[in-house]
Amino acid sequence: MAKRRRVPLRNRLRRWGPGLLLLSPSMVLLAVFVYGLIAWTIRLSLTDRHTAIASSNFVGAKNYVDLFANDINDRFVHSLKNLLVFTVVFLVGALVLGLLWALLLERGARAEGLFRTVYLFPMAVSFVASGVVWRWLMNSGTGDQAGGINLIFQGLHLRFLENPWWTDPNWGMAAMALPAIWQLSGYVMALFIAGFRGIPQELREAAVVDGASTYQMYRRVIFPQLTPTMLSAMIIIGHMSMKMFDLIMSVSGAQWITEVPSVYVWQTLLTSDYAKAAAISVILLLLVAVVIVPYLVHTSRAERRS
Amino acid sequence: MSTSVITPTATAGGTVRPDRRRRRPVTPRSATAQIVRYGLLILFLVIVLMPAYVLIVTSFKSGREIGVNGQWTLPKEWTTASWVKAWTALGPSFVRTFELAVPVAVISSLIGSANGFVLSRWRFPGADVVFTLILFGMFIPYQAVMIPLRQIVTTIGIPPGIPTLVLVHCIYGIPICTLIFRNYYATTVPEELIEAGRVDGAGLLRTFGWLILPISIPGFVVTIIWQFTSAWNDYLFAIFLSNTRNGPITIALNALAGAQSPDYAASMAGALITSLPTLVVYVVLGRWFIGGLMAGSVKS
Repeated sequence: MAKRRRVPLRNRLRRWGPGLLLLSPSMVLLAVFVYGLIAWTIRLSLTDRHTAIASSNFVGAKNYVDLFANDINDRFVHSLKNLLVFTVVFLVGALVLGLLWALLLERGARAEGLFRTVYLFPMAVSFVASGVVWRWLMNSGTGDQAGGINLIFQGLHLRFLENPWWTDPNWGMAAMALPAIWQLSGYVMALFIAGFRGIPQELREAAVVDGASTYQMYRRVIFPQLTPTMLSAMIIIGHMSMKMFDLIMSVSGAQWITEVPSVYVWQTLLTSDYAKAAAISVILLLLVAVVIVPYLVHTSRAERRS
Repeated sequence: MSTSVITPTATAGGTVRPDRRRRRPVTPRSATAQIVRYGLLILFLVIVLMPAYVLIVTSFKSGREIGVNGQWTLPKEWTTASWVKAWTALGPSFVRTFELAVPVAVISSLIGSANGFVLSRWRFPGADVVFTLILFGMFIPYQAVMIPLRQIVTTIGIPPGIPTLVLVHCIYGIPICTLIFRNYYATTVPEELIEAGRVDGAGLLRTFGWLILPISIPGFVVTIIWQFTSAWNDYLFAIFLSNTRNGPITIALNALAGAQSPDYAASMAGALITSLPTLVVYVVLGRWFIGGLMAGSVKS
């Protein structure tokens, strides 16, 4: 057996002890405040603590079953449906606009900096602040009562476009996604521009030499290179969408019509139903984890390979 | 506004910068294509700026002018009455939010640089797993920790309001700050520098303090901006852990604007006041701001 040279423990400790010292407080904090508290929430969701008074009889998955089967007016299922509509519209909207803006700007433009700065500025504003103006823009009045964007539609003789925005019981959540799209398309654009600029110029030149049209060059050469960027953008926007809370609270307040799970948690806590709030939180966490965990694992593997 | 994943090269804000060298178009473009292109760019510019126009114009209108008609027009008479009203409502929380966001930005960045340095140099067994576990912390919906968190901060007796929020933002800011610094150090600090330190007999802590920290400024700018903006714009932690009397400005704005029949002029002025600090940061330090955004997207 070949003798492996072992660094004596004391030397290793001297070399890495200080590193461990620097790192360990953060590790302990995250272990407690992320994983410890998640475990605590899961445990709480398995009890019958439905009032402010402490009681914690183990009831198994009852709270979860109740959410799907016995919630009044199917409130939880309703909030999941809202979340689905919101997420689809937000995701598609932000990705399409972000990609379009990046395409318009990627090869340089006059005043490129100005366009980029303006497209990205909503990112710097809080959802609470933008909610104030979007509530006004998405004024639900129509006809003589019209305000906000509906008034613009009237001015443009596009009265058929007038609509009640987020107050529509079926498609209100699609309107709720508009401010989110406004706020995050610029971010998607920034991701894509970085992606475009990472593609070597030689690839484009080679495509031109081979006689590819502009369309073919994008379709066959550029877009395939952007798949990782697209994936990142989808994951980031998708997980933000599932967590969306501030915007909805700010535009509509906590209302049934626009309720999503993250808001439902807050509403449930107001009634001190801790176990139920915990169960909703855990489902929300699972929804996010399903998206994020594979992505993180994939990224960490890719990094190790490189 | 929350996290996304990181591009090491973009971390210092480099890649998204407009390229100074002009790229020559590979294919010549027709005049029509250019007109369509700039037409679209300007159209989107107008659409994106529309909410800003509404905010500014409405905030200077008097109460009588706020009616349904003439919503989009300029004020007939400009008045700052709504700004005064909004400032009266938001002033105290405006100051408190600085007391929140500044310490959070500084403390988180220091923690992040220490962690990031160790993780960028020390490939201990299972380092990838540990790093992934750290990163997961920045993606979780905070509702999943909020119920016990509220209980804990009450039990250990941290003063409610700003002190509690500083603690919480610092803890949950660890993942993103660690990530930004790890990528920054992995790509910008040459191994030779560490080696030189080692030859001179400097230990890890000395190397960090004397060799690394001085060249970490770009990383600090990115994390400070990121954490300042996140803490300033946060509403979720604020609503769970504070109230209008001791909380940050987002809570105060929501109280001002969220009433049944809100004063729109004052709400809009309030929204502008609330957004001003982060917008100033964005305009003045834009490239580093974008660096933080890119850092949210973990990959290379």
